[in-house]
Amino acid sequence: MIKARVTVTLKNGVLDPQGKAIEHALGGLGFGCVGSVRQGKVFDLELNATDKTKAEADLKAMCDKLLANTVIENYAVEIA
Amino acid sequence: MKSAVVLLPGLNRDRDMIAALTKISGKAPVTVWETDTEIPDVDLIVIPGGFSYGDYLRCGAIAARMPALRAVAEKAAKGVMVIGVCNGFQILVESGLLPGALMRNTSLKFVCREVKLSVANANTAFTRNYQPGQIIRCPVAHHDGNYFADAETLARIEDNGQVVFRYAEGTNPNGSINDIAGIVSDKGNVLGLMPHPENLIEAAHGGSDGRALFESALGIAA
Repeated sequence: MIKARVTVTLKNGVLDPQGKAIEHALGGLGFGCVGSVRQGKVFDLELNATDKTKAEADLKAMCDKLLANTVIENYAVEIA
Repeated sequence: MKSAVVLLPGLNRDRDMIAALTKISGKAPVTVWETDTEIPDVDLIVIPGGFSYGDYLRCGAIAARMPALRAVAEKAAKGVMVIGVCNGFQILVESGLLPGALMRNTSLKFVCREVKLSVANANTAFTRNYQPGQIIRCPVAHHDGNYFADAETLARIEDNGQVVFRYAEGTNPNGSINDIAGIVSDKGNVLGLMPHPENLIEAAHGGSDGRALFESALGIAA
């Protein structure tokens, strides 16, 4: 069993209205130190596999095919 | 002209679309289910609006990977006309049949109202019954209609005349870049738009500005 975490984030320059709303809400809670917030997604996967090299290649293919929209999003793959 | 409507779990504008196509073409469209791997021989395929697969992951993302959409892509590659409205537009960008992406409205609110559209290109299979620059009324109802494309893609689709409808007269409801409301593919046979022309086709709707879009696509003279 291989455990992996995929993080999907918006590319730089892509407007993130949800991140902006969270940023304003944090400011409203008194966290004046918050300069900016970008919202993303985290996927925790369990793979029935042992080969980490192949698992990484599979995870990247999963990101390209479904988990991320590469028009607007970047992704990062982490294997535990 | 024969048409088909793609049905997916979570879509909710399919009956309106079937009614519009039946009234305008005189023939009921055939329907295609999510697991169908082949689409019958038709001239026009329509993906209606709604919330396919609960909008999980990203709007249209799951639908775009279903067998029915692979079948739509095969037909589109052969030149068959395809229209995606609202969630249908989101599905077409997710499937790569149209460039760009549709993001959360800048207001973060679901917008359900009437907007004005200008016909930015009346020289397409979907808009030939409109006048260039014509301003039409059309309802919108969506949460994720904020069209985005990187600078290079945007310049390309603008230069190619692929932007077909723009929000007009300050009615942009979602923050779309360049007021883009609808675009066609580079070959011109795939149209995606956020507004709902199927909901403005007869007097009972309070207007019929959407009718010419379907009449154009179905080859009915103006």
